[in-house]
Amino acid sequence: MAKGVKARVKVPKTAAAGESVTLKTLISHKMESGLRKDSDGNKIPQSIINRFTCAFNGNTVIDVKMAAAISTNPYFAFDAVVPEAGEFHFTWYDDDGSIYEEKKSVKIA
Amino acid sequence: MKFTRRDTMAIGGAAALTTILPSLSSAAIPVNELIMGVTGGADAASTGISLTAPEIAENGNTVPISIDAPGAVAITVMAAGNPRPGVATFNFGAGSASQSATTRIRLAGTQDVVAVAEMADGSFATAHQTVKVTIGGCGG
Repeated sequence: MAKGVKARVKVPKTAAAGESVTLKTLISHKMESGLRKDSDGNKIPQSIINRFTCAFNGNTVIDVKMAAAISTNPYFAFDAVVPEAGEFHFTWYDDDGSIYEEKKSVKIA
Repeated sequence: MKFTRRDTMAIGGAAALTTILPSLSSAAIPVNELIMGVTGGADAASTGISLTAPEIAENGNTVPISIDAPGAVAITVMAAGNPRPGVATFNFGAGSASQSATTRIRLAGTQDVVAVAEMADGSFATAHQTVKVTIGGCGG
């Protein structure tokens, strides 16, 4: 597991039924591209998050396949529909097999 | 054999040329080739998708980009001049409100950023934009 990985998501606490909301996610991760070299000239092996998914009550909102060209601390902003009260489930998949998860519930106002 | 000054200059010039040329020819993959790689040879329309990227990016390590393609099921983003052109593929599910997303990417240098959207009916749309990069984002 890469060190110091911390996921942050911004989701409104309440929404009107059927309203579209903007979600913002950020996860701290080095996203080592595999192209950099250390001070001895050896290549640093690739270590990135290769997939990010977001689902609402089991319905996929977005599923992103990522390559090394995504910046350090991957950031995503996108829109989702909130048809009823429920929970957003965010998942990040690391190259080393680790899975980072975050959940946020939304109430209907 | 004796080298005159003129001979030495000629040899040096030729050597410099051969070292510069290979790096130039292997630089960027043509945008069309990248698009065909995603569409499988099908033609892509140039409307129905928008790609927002800065004209000039000071730091190639974090270049903010936005994509928006109403009616798309998937959008692939590529950077033509990166050592590895693939950047990301966004798949939109039933819960998405709009087929748009914002992220930050790495660019090795001044180059074209390409987005290809696959629409629900199987057709493709594409957009590309040149981004000038002051400091490249690929270590080295």
